[in-house]
Amino acid sequence: MDFVFIFQTMKTLLAAVPMTLALFFLSIFFGGLLALLIVWMRVAKNPILRNFAKGYIFVFRGSPLLIQMFLVFYGLGQFGFIRYSFLWPFLREPFVCAVLSLALCTAGYTAEIFRGGLRAVSVKEIEAARSIGMSGFLLVRRIIGPIAFRHALPAYSTEIVMMVKSTALASLVTVWEVTGVAQRLISQTYRTMEVFLCAAAIYLILNFLILQAMALLEHRLSQHRRAVPRLP
Amino acid sequence: MVHEHSADPAAATVNRLSVRNIRKKFGSLEVLRGISLEAHDGDVISILGSSGSGKSTFLRCINLLEIADEGEIWVDGEHINMVRKHGRNVPASSKQVDHIRAELGMVFQSFNLWSHMTILQNLIEGPVHVLKRPRAECIAEAEALLEKVGIAEKRHAYPAHLSGGQQQRAAIARSLAMKPKVMLFDEPTSALDPELVGEVLRVMRSLAEEGMTMLVVTHEMNFARDVSNRVVFMREGLIDCDGSPAEMFSGATSPAFRQFIGNFRG
Repeated sequence: MDFVFIFQTMKTLLAAVPMTLALFFLSIFFGGLLALLIVWMRVAKNPILRNFAKGYIFVFRGSPLLIQMFLVFYGLGQFGFIRYSFLWPFLREPFVCAVLSLALCTAGYTAEIFRGGLRAVSVKEIEAARSIGMSGFLLVRRIIGPIAFRHALPAYSTEIVMMVKSTALASLVTVWEVTGVAQRLISQTYRTMEVFLCAAAIYLILNFLILQAMALLEHRLSQHRRAVPRLP
Repeated sequence: MVHEHSADPAAATVNRLSVRNIRKKFGSLEVLRGISLEAHDGDVISILGSSGSGKSTFLRCINLLEIADEGEIWVDGEHINMVRKHGRNVPASSKQVDHIRAELGMVFQSFNLWSHMTILQNLIEGPVHVLKRPRAECIAEAEALLEKVGIAEKRHAYPAHLSGGQQQRAAIARSLAMKPKVMLFDEPTSALDPELVGEVLRVMRSLAEEGMTMLVVTHEMNFARDVSNRVVFMREGLIDCDGSPAEMFSGATSPAFRQFIGNFRG
């Protein structure tokens, strides 16, 4: 075992972790916001909104993320109205393209996860809220949202872990995150095994920490479902 | 906020609640076929009837969880404004709907407490977020209410950790926290084990004694006879007969009601 090499590799790869984390957090943040919009449309009474949301979810869940990313990165520049628009300085950046496609994709999955959570909210609890005069955004913010989020959390934490791994695809549109840097190291050293093992270890550690955080959140939000110690 | 008040002075001044000629259809099924009722301050009205007679729908129409197709409702003199759409009533203002609901306490058969909140949080939710009152004040009032219904020690427990009777008492306290003008009870003891019914009825009885105006859909004949000052018997979407408990239970009423209470004597 060449510990010196592994140590050097780790140091190089760890320097790319902030980029991986930036991709992850930004895409989860914007994807989450977009998912709220999509799920709002998906459960709307208006058939145009509802079908648009259905179509969106179908497209972004049904096609490979890698192809979506290539389409955003290589494809958008073909359109003159994008190429010559004020957005182009942003959209030609690989990082922006990667975050955009990751967010668009996770929004599709997350919208379905949130919809599952919404469907699990008891009509009776909503009725109780209406009966004291709650409606509209207040009802969503205080009652429907918190209950739905609790139901959605286990499935949502799976999506979060998937997103950590999906950031690796950004290496293919020239973003220097952990996997990209690993591939560069391999092309310089031809030591595939050591480098990729180091990269895999980094993803494992990241996901371990994220899963711990999610488990803690779930624990704190599910006090109402745990049995209380019965006092005599 | 400006609300149109009734042009009818009798309805506006005397009654906590006036309902005129309420009709409600679900599809082709006519559940309510013209119900009128007046509740004065301090009235405790028991609404009896076999299942399917429309009594729960009637209660739900009063606090606008269902919207009656026809008819008029006044709550504490305030007329609920409706507009006609496709031949049926639709509330003119959703703001008024919220405001009316906040004035009417509703107690459900299956309690309907918010499962993710503690009992205390359940109680202060409405006062803090709907009535926008100061939190500390609401907590103090909520604790007094929990004391009153006898579950003060459960204030930090979650609904799932309480017995059915305790949950229903918490739900009554939650409604009371809104300081309602009228309390509506929709079969409040029907989902309870027999040995837990008494504790809920005791709370309702003490509310009645304090002068709360109450409409109670119930199958508890003893409550109807001993606590209410008026008994209404519904049958097939209409009020079949009504009167004081003494009149109603003396036997000189409609054959349908005699048969109905006969089933309870078994």
